[in-house]
Amino acid sequence: MSTATHTSPALSASAAAFGMGRTVRLGLSRIGYETKIYFRQTDTLFFTFLFPVIMLTIFSVAFQGMGNVGANPDGTGGISQAAAYLPGMIAAGILLSGVQNLGVDIAAERSDGTLKRLGGTPLPVLSYFFGKMGQVFATSILQIALLLLVAVVAFGVSLPTDPAKWMTFAWVYLLGIATSAILGIAISRLPRTGKSATAVIIPPVLILQFISGVYLQFSLLPNWLQTVASIFPLKWIAQGMRSVFLPETFASVEPGGSWNLGAVAIALLIWLVAGLVICRVTFRWIRKDS
Amino acid sequence: MTSNDIAVSVQNLTKTYGAFAALKGITFDIERGETFALLGPNGAGKSTTIEILEGYRDRSGGEVRVLGVDPQHGGLPWKAKLGIVLQSSGESGNVTVREQLTQFAGMYPNSRDVNEVIAAIGLEEKANTRIKNLSGGQQRRVDVGLGVIGRPELLFLDEPTTGFDPEARRQFWELIRSLKREGTTILLTTHYLDEAAQLSDRAAVVAGGKLVDIGPVGSLGSAEARVPLVRWRESGIVREQRATDPGAVVAGLVARLGEPVELEVVRPSLEDIYLELVTAENAEAEARVAANTTATDGAVIAGTNPAAGASPTTTSFTTTKENERA
Ligand SMILES: Nc1ncnc2c1ncn2[C@@H]1O[C@H](COP(=O)(O)OP(=O)(O)OP(=O)(O)O)[C@@H](O)[C@H]1O
Ligand SMILES: [Mg+2]
Repeated sequence: MSTATHTSPALSASAAAFGMGRTVRLGLSRIGYETKIYFRQTDTLFFTFLFPVIMLTIFSVAFQGMGNVGANPDGTGGISQAAAYLPGMIAAGILLSGVQNLGVDIAAERSDGTLKRLGGTPLPVLSYFFGKMGQVFATSILQIALLLLVAVVAFGVSLPTDPAKWMTFAWVYLLGIATSAILGIAISRLPRTGKSATAVIIPPVLILQFISGVYLQFSLLPNWLQTVASIFPLKWIAQGMRSVFLPETFASVEPGGSWNLGAVAIALLIWLVAGLVICRVTFRWIRKDS
Repeated sequence: MTSNDIAVSVQNLTKTYGAFAALKGITFDIERGETFALLGPNGAGKSTTIEILEGYRDRSGGEVRVLGVDPQHGGLPWKAKLGIVLQSSGESGNVTVREQLTQFAGMYPNSRDVNEVIAAIGLEEKANTRIKNLSGGQQRRVDVGLGVIGRPELLFLDEPTTGFDPEARRQFWELIRSLKREGTTILLTTHYLDEAAQLSDRAAVVAGGKLVDIGPVGSLGSAEARVPLVRWRESGIVREQRATDPGAVVAGLVARLGEPVELEVVRPSLEDIYLELVTAENAEAEARVAANTTATDGAVIAGTNPAAGASPTTTSFTTTKENERA
């Protein structure tokens, strides 16, 4: 066939035009688009973005009368309720911004036809992922900034000054948010319809928050529940955040009597890799039902 | 003469959903630059066909090539040459018309100007309105805009004008004509036969998963189905006569009656021809079902089946044949 000789240069030219540079460029443009849409949805704004701030405020105010956490018998020392809850709320925010936000969002996009439409365009799946992950990064950084601001301004929490603490914060945050976002994409396959998405995804995420040391102090949970929680990533994110924001003396009540940051890194990495594999294998623009 | 002139080639395409055969062997080609309409009643298999060509559904059998590519293995460069308007799209639409078109324009190597497209779909005044706040017909126009924004070589339109007001429809026709002038190949499904007649070079009628007829719109249906009808009133009764030479018939009437009362010469519209095609197919299908499920006596069925309509002999013949085979 003489057509073969005609098409091959055209094909290789277009293959170059559809390379990684284009994937990244489109991914960047989708980050802006996705983030804009995020802030236009009032329900996600409340249940995902503001939720940790609201919970921090409620807990700090409600338990103020119980005095400081970890205080001496004579009532001196220790840290305020707000300071004690802050790391857990940051961890919860990381989970909500990734798993809950993307899980519900992508399930809805799958059922309302958004993904079907995108599947008919030359948008690479990877660019779509970049857009979602970028949205998660952007919104969760704002969310954490807001949490810190409220903690400092409204409740007088003092933040760590040691740069090493902030280095720990940076890697726990990055690993945590990447894992959370990837798991959100992976979990979005579960709900059969967009309407059932919140019902399928929010309850397990909420339960995780209760057993992972967000609302209830982790060291007070029964051992078997601590073990169950240790399977999931939130417990490790929360532990990493406690190591940043709580005084060193609090390490003694952790399981094993230390922050155990090595285990935090390993557990999160395992979940990250598992999530990437699940996304790679299961993500489809549409369910080809037949 | 080469495969380069053929934009879409469909050979003996079949599709089953579980035990249900939605497409029972469909064959047609669409040339480059052609506008081709798929017509047929609800459930005929139009969307199934078009979504197989778009790569959304996998075929059960047969051969399909779209711009030289098997749609089940179409990559990004292939998708960049397509424009797709699906039959239904119900996105929440928390972006404005302009934002959405701009976002989609960025995905294509050679996209159209966003403002031009907004003008072409008649949404200049709504360009900065969020899509979810548009009316149904306006949202549909955004769908069409998203379908053409990438300057596609091949445009799929599955009932694109559903919900359009008459003016929007005319505007849409203009858009399609301008795309045609640029050489765009278009595959269109519609229930508006005037639309098919206005826009398409050729049309295929699908019913019950089979291709009933195919050809230029003016030549669809049997030769008899397209014979004009002369109608007039004589001694208070409306009379009709089918005639290939209506002028001669009218001349005869004038000679016999003087000026005939309520004289009309009617050419069957595409709608008439279409209905005849589809009804004939339905009657055959029903007869087949009846033959398979109820009786073995074809004559009885033909006598009692009102759906057999104008051609009971044909129906009973078909029925008998089916019985013999069964
Ligand atoms: N995903 C599916 N699963 C099972 N059956 C299906 C599926 N999609 C379509 N069908 C069946 O296949 C047949 C053809 O459907 P299709 O959507 O192709 O019809 P259509 O010609 O586009 O009709 P309409 O004019 O109403 O849009 C119908 O009987 C329909 O019920
Ligand atoms: Mg359809």
